Amino acid sequence: MSSHPAAEFDHLPGREVELDVATQDCLIHMGPQHPATHGVMRVLLKADGEILAGAQTHLGYLHRCAEKIGENVDWLQYLPYTDRYDYLAAMNNNLGYSLAVESLLGAEVPARAQYLRVICAELNRIASHLFAVGTYGLDLGAFTPLFSALRDREEVLELFEKICGARLTYSYIRPGGVMNDAPEGWLTKVAEFLDRFEKTWHEYWTLMVENKIFIERTANIGVLTEEQALSWGCTGPMLRGSGVDWDLRRDQPYLIYDQLEFDVVKGIGYRGTLGDCFDRNFVRMFEMTESVRILRQCLAQIPDGEIMHEEVGAVIRPAPGESYVSIENPRGELGHYVVSNGTKIAVRVRVRSPSFCNMSVAEHLMPGSMLGDAASIIGSVDIVVGETDR
Amino acid sequence: MTELLLSTAVSLAVVLAFITVMAMFFVWSERKVAGWIQHRVGPMRTGGGFQGWAQSIADSIKLLLKEDLILRGADRTLFQLAPALVLASAFAMFVVLPFGPGLMVADIDLGVFLILAIASVTTIGVIMAGWGSFNKWSVYGAMREAAQVASYEIPLGLSLMPPIIYFGTFSLKAATEAQTGSFGMGWYIFSDAFWIAIPSFLLFFVAALAENKRAPFDLPEAESELVAGFHTEYSGIRFSFFFLEEYAAMFVFSAVGAVLWLGGWNFPGIQSFEEDSTALLLLGTASFVLKSFFLVFVMMWVRWTVPRLRIDQVMTLGYKYLIPLSMVMALLAAGWEYIKHLGGQA
Repeated sequence: MSSHPAAEFDHLPGREVELDVATQDCLIHMGPQHPATHGVMRVLLKADGEILAGAQTHLGYLHRCAEKIGENVDWLQYLPYTDRYDYLAAMNNNLGYSLAVESLLGAEVPARAQYLRVICAELNRIASHLFAVGTYGLDLGAFTPLFSALRDREEVLELFEKICGARLTYSYIRPGGVMNDAPEGWLTKVAEFLDRFEKTWHEYWTLMVENKIFIERTANIGVLTEEQALSWGCTGPMLRGSGVDWDLRRDQPYLIYDQLEFDVVKGIGYRGTLGDCFDRNFVRMFEMTESVRILRQCLAQIPDGEIMHEEVGAVIRPAPGESYVSIENPRGELGHYVVSNGTKIAVRVRVRSPSFCNMSVAEHLMPGSMLGDAASIIGSVDIVVGETDR
Repeated sequence: MTELLLSTAVSLAVVLAFITVMAMFFVWSERKVAGWIQHRVGPMRTGGGFQGWAQSIADSIKLLLKEDLILRGADRTLFQLAPALVLASAFAMFVVLPFGPGLMVADIDLGVFLILAIASVTTIGVIMAGWGSFNKWSVYGAMREAAQVASYEIPLGLSLMPPIIYFGTFSLKAATEAQTGSFGMGWYIFSDAFWIAIPSFLLFFVAALAENKRAPFDLPEAESELVAGFHTEYSGIRFSFFFLEEYAAMFVFSAVGAVLWLGGWNFPGIQSFEEDSTALLLLGTASFVLKSFFLVFVMMWVRWTVPRLRIDQVMTLGYKYLIPLSMVMALLAAGWEYIKHLGGQA
């Protein structure tokens, strides 16, 4: 009687039943209220245990008809609405819209205003990337990087508060120039912030990016190939993370970017495959240092002078025509397509928002990865739901 | 007999009061530690004075007053039983902890074994909570808990073997008394087997973190993945039971580490105190509590510093690294004792 214990059941009927148990994929709603979806976005996950078999993103929970509103309010009245689609980078939204309106008007903005615009846009880029990097840590379960990031972002917000009175929705950059000149001593304060930030940047690098667990959680996860990134219309850190050398600030220069010296950061597969979550975060980390470089040059070169074009007033009546202007938002290409029929109200305001295009590919990155990676992938795209839904 | 009953009752009352106050203190200190690590100040106003000291009391009142929700589809029995089971098992572990010389509810010969055994009951409670909640996220949390805790009990148990072999006892009291030598500094990590003690302590600490679902192993309640995991659907006082259990279990495992590696209630100069004196009792208890609190603090420190692992990485770490390493440590400890035994014979 030394046979295997399982042999006892050999005589029973049903022994021939196939050993695989029939299983069913589990459908889970991640969101609209979920800590990792960065707002009210819903991802329908199809999970086989811990492994994702499919994912589908559902947008629209934060749709506020921003584009339709553009057809009903003055050109200038629409400006505050641009603040509200990408609320983490409102300066850049103001800038994109203002540039589009100015191209209809054919107005050349005074040099000082151009410098102030670049300073604000780059400060906002630092603030936005800080938030992206910080919340990415939160998505992976590390709380502390977010608070370090918020500490530094707070300094940027204070600078913005001093220059325009608002901390989140600025409406500072407006068609024709900027709202205010920088108050006395403000530029020195910016320089002081840059000095401090260069030191604290290394905190994020050592605390988070070089952390072994962080690398394990991000390297080789959610790999977006160069071909995929291009064909899905990804832009910004998402595209550059996949190794594509494309930055509108350099390749389609606007404002004074062609006079400034900076490098376009792209992913190099530093810890894993090219185009993985680590690379996207890596690009954001180094774009902050490039922004510091840009800001230092701007602070050194900024001329005195006017800050508003004298002919652009409160009521704008651009000549009939259309215009598409795109800028490099922290999240990618932010395009404004505006059509005018010569009245004070636009015929059409269309926004090409970067998170929307970037997010569309995320659901294709998820299948095959683990449930925990869903948070990692969504976080690495760095969406702002206000902007995907507008 | 009456005397024995009375002393047991007094010890129990002291220990229960200690647990409740301690858990509240830990909830408060976790928030203060988190604030301190994250450039914040944490609660400051509650209690109208020092560092928001009354925050936990206010929290408990809030939790007591909250509506106790149970979903219509939930399994009511499991749902209601789970928090009680979890909390009871966490508190039961305190019975064998040697708080101070003579301050201990029950000196059981298999004290360490009892703690390990009861710790697994918590897992059952968590699985009941996850299954009974009628929520897919909760089920995921429960399944993760089952997989994780079942696999980390092996390295946890194995990493406890070196001190047990060294002291030759499962009793926590006997292990503490064995470390009284060298002017109260005969702790296991300072013993002749320190080269086994230090790595085995690190292994024990990692396994204890995973056993307690503490970051970076907090997968059963990973908030960015599973909302709140197995306790997503819990509210009010039932939720607070899970909360208390976490802190109670943290303390128990820190205490086991403090007893087996860091000398328990022993402190430098312990031999100059009379046996059964009040001073010895107070200082010994303070020594034990401080060591345990320090380990709890390290657990908090880790939680607010590192990201969370993924479930497969947790499993890989457990099975591929911790189990073999802790097994090697146990073998080394046994071999070292055998060599010492041979040396003693010669």
